[in-house]
Amino acid sequence: MSEPIRLVFDVDGTDFSAAGNASMELKKELRSLGFPRDVVRRTSIAMYEGEINMVIHAGGGQAIIEISPEEISVTLADHGPGIPDVSLAMQEGYSTAPEEIREIGFGAGMGLPNMKKNSDEMRIESVVGTGTTVYMKFRVA
Amino acid sequence: MGNYKHSVTLAKDKCKGCTNCLKRCPTEAIRIRNGHAEINSDTCVDCGECIRRCPYRAKRAVSDPLSIMEGFRYKVALPAPAFYGQFDHLNNINYILKALLDIGFDDVFEVARAAEIVSGYSKRYIMRPDVKKPVISSACPVIARLVSIRFPDLIDNIMPMLPPVDIAAKMARAEAKEKHPELKDEDIGIFFISPCPAKVSYLQNEAENGRKTVDGVFSMNELYLKIVTKMDDKEVPPLLSRTGRVGIRWAGAGGEARALSKHRFLAADGIENVIDVLEKMDNYTLPDLDFVELDACNGGCVGGVMTMENAYIAKARLLHLEKGLPLAVNWDFEEDYGSREIPDDFFTDEELTYSPPKPLDEDIKLAFEKRVRIQQILETLPALDCGSCGAPTCRAFAEDIVRGYVTEDDCIVRMKKKQEATE
Repeated sequence: MSEPIRLVFDVDGTDFSAAGNASMELKKELRSLGFPRDVVRRTSIAMYEGEINMVIHAGGGQAIIEISPEEISVTLADHGPGIPDVSLAMQEGYSTAPEEIREIGFGAGMGLPNMKKNSDEMRIESVVGTGTTVYMKFRVA
Repeated sequence: MGNYKHSVTLAKDKCKGCTNCLKRCPTEAIRIRNGHAEINSDTCVDCGECIRRCPYRAKRAVSDPLSIMEGFRYKVALPAPAFYGQFDHLNNINYILKALLDIGFDDVFEVARAAEIVSGYSKRYIMRPDVKKPVISSACPVIARLVSIRFPDLIDNIMPMLPPVDIAAKMARAEAKEKHPELKDEDIGIFFISPCPAKVSYLQNEAENGRKTVDGVFSMNELYLKIVTKMDDKEVPPLLSRTGRVGIRWAGAGGEARALSKHRFLAADGIENVIDVLEKMDNYTLPDLDFVELDACNGGCVGGVMTMENAYIAKARLLHLEKGLPLAVNWDFEEDYGSREIPDDFFTDEELTYSPPKPLDEDIKLAFEKRVRIQQILETLPALDCGSCGAPTCRAFAEDIVRGYVTEDDCIVRMKKKQEATE
């Protein structure tokens, strides 16, 4: 049994132009390892949404990815404001994104639902005032 | 797509084995082995960057020799619109077309004419409710190659329409038969005058796969000298050109997209910019768009490596030449969208398939072990990306080691350290 490949990305909360870089890198990595296209697509969409969330709401954070031939696990950890009501945040269309973020096409309240839809497993741990950690797993069928 | 043939070749005796092409190849398809450059044909996209960068002119694109014209009774020249930008002190396209007749062609058919029609049909295509947006132009052959190698999720965005050169070739052949019903198919020779090796490769591969439209492809700079000596401004040339501004604008970056200006479009040129746009599209970070024009060369087709003139000078000349021309001659751009039909023979029957570079291993578990090994090796390398080992980056070198092509001792920085340690 080989050890999983571990990738760590620092998601910069001050540079909006860099948002999406980690998911792009992950996508390249998964493609070069020969993962099925569907797995690559689901993982990178969810990762992208998570990355954008960290930039918009939490001032950045860290993405830790472990890749094994059977599954990909993604941990997104931030020290942002936290989510007071996780089940409310999971509802489609619910958003706390500020107006200027909505104006540039984000904050439609689809981020977390999209992450849930594209992952095989998702868990959110959040403490108001401390931060949020999102765990996701993607299995190779 | 697996065994796509390329037109870029290397003169081994001229190649010094330097790192100029190695470092500039956008798909990392080049390695220096045994003192000279080698191109991996699985990942080469025919962009021509290596030809552009080689200071020793060791890289060149092979087009057809002009002598192949001799095998045909009736010869038609298909000049790409970029050709019009190659000549100085010119205010009339007809001088160029007349000179083509003077050097032995029996007729000319401007690719710009077909380009206007392709623009018209593209407009209809992007209005279809069922197409995947944004639609990516199919005109630059480098883009289709790049997408098929690196961006599997964008394959369906590429417009399945034939590029203007194929349409022009078909129309030219039909026109020749109409003008001269006595001619047999094999009597007619259709010759494209190309700005770049990507189009040479594209047309040669089309022919190889039973979709031949032209009988030969000539390089623009090879024809230049022959033409320029024949051009005579004492005599007013006959009216031969039948194109408007829409057709001519295809020569420059953004020209194709401009014909679709009522829609939301993006136009990018230069291979690095093009890759950046494709990556953003692949990563869902593009705004809502209908159409994306991507040209591998800086400045568009006028920037092709088979042209004579600097791309921006050529573009300035084209702007001058288009003055006074009608918007289009071959399409009514005022048309309403009532008729959405596009003739079947404007579509390619080639199914673009995902052809990624060879994986580290066919067995995903072994691929994993190799990937871990790459990381371990990478940590022992200097991270200079100097290219002295023959690979463009330390990462590519580590991958080559794992694939068994080279050994760690090919890194001279590492070797030097090793030597110093034993001294």
